[in-house]
Amino acid sequence: MADLSVNICGVDFKNPIIPASGVFGYGREYEELFPLNKLGGIATKGTTRHQRTGNIAPRIAETPAGMLNSVGLQNPGIDHFVEVDLPYLMTKDVVVLANIAGSTPEECAETAAKLEGTDAHMIELNISCPNVKQGGAAFGTSCEMAAEVTKIVRAATTKPLVVKLSPNVTNIAEIAKAVESAGADAVSLINTLLGMRIDINTGRPILHNNMGGLSGPAIFPVAVRMVYQVANAVKIPVIGMGGVSSGKDAIELMMAGASAVQVGAAIFTDPYAPVRIVEEMNDFLDKKGISSVRDIIGTVQLW
Amino acid sequence: MKYTQGKYLIIDKKAIGCEIYSFEISCPEVAAAAVPGQFVHIRIGSFVLRRPISICGIDKEKGTLRIVFEIRGEGTAEIAQLNKGDVVDMLAPLGHGFTVDESFKKVVLIGGGIGTPPMLPLAKAYGNKAVAISGFRNSSAVILQEDFKSAGAETILCTDDGSAGIHGFVTQPLAELAEKGGIDAVFACGPMGMLKGIASICKEKGIYCEISLEERMACGIGACLGCACRTKRNDEEYFAHVCKDGPVFNAEEVIL
Repeated sequence: MADLSVNICGVDFKNPIIPASGVFGYGREYEELFPLNKLGGIATKGTTRHQRTGNIAPRIAETPAGMLNSVGLQNPGIDHFVEVDLPYLMTKDVVVLANIAGSTPEECAETAAKLEGTDAHMIELNISCPNVKQGGAAFGTSCEMAAEVTKIVRAATTKPLVVKLSPNVTNIAEIAKAVESAGADAVSLINTLLGMRIDINTGRPILHNNMGGLSGPAIFPVAVRMVYQVANAVKIPVIGMGGVSSGKDAIELMMAGASAVQVGAAIFTDPYAPVRIVEEMNDFLDKKGISSVRDIIGTVQLW
Repeated sequence: MKYTQGKYLIIDKKAIGCEIYSFEISCPEVAAAAVPGQFVHIRIGSFVLRRPISICGIDKEKGTLRIVFEIRGEGTAEIAQLNKGDVVDMLAPLGHGFTVDESFKKVVLIGGGIGTPPMLPLAKAYGNKAVAISGFRNSSAVILQEDFKSAGAETILCTDDGSAGIHGFVTQPLAELAEKGGIDAVFACGPMGMLKGIASICKEKGIYCEISLEERMACGIGACLGCACRTKRNDEEYFAHVCKDGPVFNAEEVIL
């Protein structure tokens, strides 16, 4: 049995696997299938200052080795999260990354401030959700905007701040450096890639929002590349994600430089995916005689 | 809601119509928990997303479920390749089902096309208190009529082109039954246009009505919020989710 524990920004994770924000709600639906303490952490559903109703359906489209979504940040608002969902999660012996988003830097900061005095372990700031018409993509796609929102949220919270980056940029390493300078304690990447599908019988996009975020195995090589680039550009820890569906994928992303790994769309194919991935990582490490998963972080040797 | 995920044996497979298949699946723990109106979420080897398929039969004693589905795309075509003796990966039973109320004396069950299968477990539950109206494009698309009769239901068949049963839509016999009165509830599954027509007749006559909806879906258990459905409760509009709040909704709460 290899040591799977990792430490990010002073927070101990019993293993590096975290269901990604948006696929896992606030955990209740999956607890029907497995105890949540089998997970390293949980990145909770993106939550905003006030309740959001989200986009009109269809919000989901299938794509080759992947899927598009445009849920539009439907959530009950941060007060509901703090009063109802967070207390539930805090009894589950799992690290809680409270994912927050907003339309303005001030709204993000207000939302982060609502988590002060709670037991949430970390804040994951979404500056990259491509679905929201105001803000969202705009923050994550320029160094100035990314730094500004990070700085304002940084000032509003004493908790470890993870900034979740958008891959829909020319140079993700520059964005990562900008948020690091602005006070981020870690970065997580990649969020979904902006995509579109059209129903050729009707001539209409499949998603009512027309465009949406691409996730699933199709984006995994992009995630590996971007995690590698960012991990080599910043000193803060990198949490990797994007199309991870097996223990081998998670190991690969950690070799590229990730200190922990989030699992998204794979949960829709196999609801036990995060638990299975933890087991598969352990099997790989045991087979290779590697005693700690920490020993593989960033170990890729370029040609 | 209690659901599990597992690989279950297909113990029987029949083609019951043009590109329509019936599977009988041995899954005792799923059958034990299942109620009429729920669905199973089937994994297909080469796709990221599972496919939701309505439950067409629940045999708690045998520990089996029956599903009937039509090939609609690449996913369902791949499910149709499975044979007796193969296993199928299901997350099930999922969703909020139809109301089964023993105090109801007469109910009308309405299925349109491939919306007909989920009405069959309800016909079994209501027996001879049920009138089952089914609508199809034409005579070659007709399915499950003998099954409804064996369940004890009175059957009324409609086709769009008149090649079998009544020439016309399911709303025609529903309106006649509603006019006669004595109906405690109407339950329906089928195309949106049909559901709208049914909901409006029921509203006009003051009959309680439940409809089963479909939507593109990812997790199937209410976590990802993908399968949104516009609903209204206490005059407040909100997006409910077909997989968990539905697929069966009170028709008055759905904004059709």
